[in-house]
Amino acid sequence: MTATTTQTKTPTAIIKNVSKTFGHQQVLDNITLTLTPGEFVTLLGASGCGKSTLLNLAAGLDSPTHGTIEVPGGRPALMFQEHALFPWLTAGRNIELALKLRGLPKADRTQEAERLLELVRLKGAYGKRVHELSGGMRQRVALARALAQDSQLLLMDEPFAALDAITRDVLHEELTRIWSETNVSVLFVTHNVREAVRLAQRVVLLSSRPGRIAREWEVDIPHPRRIEDADVAGLSVEITEQLRGEIRRHGQH
Amino acid sequence: MASTETHVPQSPAPPGEAQNGPKPKEQTQPTAQEHSQPTIKEQSHPTAKEQPHPTPREQAHPTDLAGLEAGLDALDNTGTTPRTPLTHTLRTKALPPLVAVALVLALWQLAFALELKPHYQLPSPLMVWNALAEEWYKGTILGIVWQSVSRGALGFLVALAVGTPLGLLVARVGPVRAAIGPILSGLQSLPSVAWVPAAIIWFGLTDATIYAVVLLGAVPSIANGLVSGVDRIDPLHLRAGKVLGATGLTGVRHVLLPAALPGYIAGLKQGWAFSWRSLMAAELIATSPELGAGLGQLLETGRSYQDMPLVLGAILLILVVGIGIELLIFAPVERRVLRHRGLLR
Repeated sequence: MTATTTQTKTPTAIIKNVSKTFGHQQVLDNITLTLTPGEFVTLLGASGCGKSTLLNLAAGLDSPTHGTIEVPGGRPALMFQEHALFPWLTAGRNIELALKLRGLPKADRTQEAERLLELVRLKGAYGKRVHELSGGMRQRVALARALAQDSQLLLMDEPFAALDAITRDVLHEELTRIWSETNVSVLFVTHNVREAVRLAQRVVLLSSRPGRIAREWEVDIPHPRRIEDADVAGLSVEITEQLRGEIRRHGQH
Repeated sequence: MASTETHVPQSPAPPGEAQNGPKPKEQTQPTAQEHSQPTIKEQSHPTAKEQPHPTPREQAHPTDLAGLEAGLDALDNTGTTPRTPLTHTLRTKALPPLVAVALVLALWQLAFALELKPHYQLPSPLMVWNALAEEWYKGTILGIVWQSVSRGALGFLVALAVGTPLGLLVARVGPVRAAIGPILSGLQSLPSVAWVPAAIIWFGLTDATIYAVVLLGAVPSIANGLVSGVDRIDPLHLRAGKVLGATGLTGVRHVLLPAALPGYIAGLKQGWAFSWRSLMAAELIATSPELGAGLGQLLETGRSYQDMPLVLGAILLILVVGIGIELLIFAPVERRVLRHRGLLR
């Protein structure tokens, strides 16, 4: 579990020449991407770029048609756009189930679940039913459950897309804080350019149908960042231009 | 909840990433002829990879964010709905059925008074009550009810033990579903009384006949209930289970079964109704001294003596037991499951 310190040099995800075809439709074309430990990468693209497909492949829910995906740190955690919490369990029990499936002894589970809830600032939500929580709180519990897997790689599939802007903004800050505290690698999929720039160390732009890596940007804007920052806006404008260029190409044929 | 500081004072940036703003990193752009080869070069951004986590600065004002979040959570909390007062519950839930029963009794009494049928064919409510009271004083009625209820319960439990794995197999194994799914649905619409003659030929007038009929009635509806419960599981929950590592039997135990529970319970309710119905059919037809006396036999006794008050009394008892078990066992369990999931207020 604490292999992070000994494996600092091993990438947390190695995606090599990955292509994916559904029937006659090619969704991903020759994607190569490596995540180093503790790295935060956002995958950005319009609809049809195969962002979610790539995450499913990385999560092992599906296998690539060509190419290889290696996740040296074991099964990655995955957070969905919808919270995907189990409604038959309380918030705390949802986290404990993840702990149990990871192999944590029963005696330690409650304490660890409470620690994780505190990490996402939901102390006291242990006994709450999922339907008693707001959208933002559910996503925080979902984040805590993902972290309970103690994986070195956290995959996030537009996790904040369904939230209101105020809550989303707060959760961006939370995610940055938690990421910096846990040293987990994050591969974050979004179609929101500002969100991508706000969060990431590296933004990867995918073109659509099939999804290919069009371009990458290093984001050297120092933290703490805000989505309103001029630097964030400046880079967002540049990336949006490129993204629009990619989309326009589809209108031409 | 005003955010007083829009800009957190920034501590001096580390030398590697001075305030030079965004630095787009050019990549070879994919063009049409590049289809066959990798479109990007290997990463070579040492500064980015070694970029330290923003621990000290991001946490400049941890309490600010905590307070903001606490405020958001408080605003989102709509509060718990207060419990409805008991008098209100009684008035809205208990009163209407009581009125309905009173109305039926009144109409019945009226029909009796008008003598729509001769009294030996249509007795009054009081006559039926007296017939039941007579059975009560004979001291046999509790034994009769218990005989049927215990048979029904045992049959139901066996049906549960058979129907559950069967339902899981049909729901999750494609070929099994294709092979016996339609048969199972078909069996559900076959009145189980149709099995009684066959069961008597196979097993004679024994308990085995009665249990065979009960099982043939209840197993298909329990299995079908579980199948439809599994079919209605949110696929997202199955994916989430897989991601968490709940596969195989662990997945069945921790994700599949709990997720299918609402449909499963509906199936169990129906399974009980079918058990009870089949049991009455079997008891009514398969009567012999060795089989003991259940409610079905009581009904048959009443018929053979042309004792209409006893017949109606037995029908009432069968109804009361069926409704009682539904209300005392299944309804509370179902309400609890649905309420926990926020599907019921």
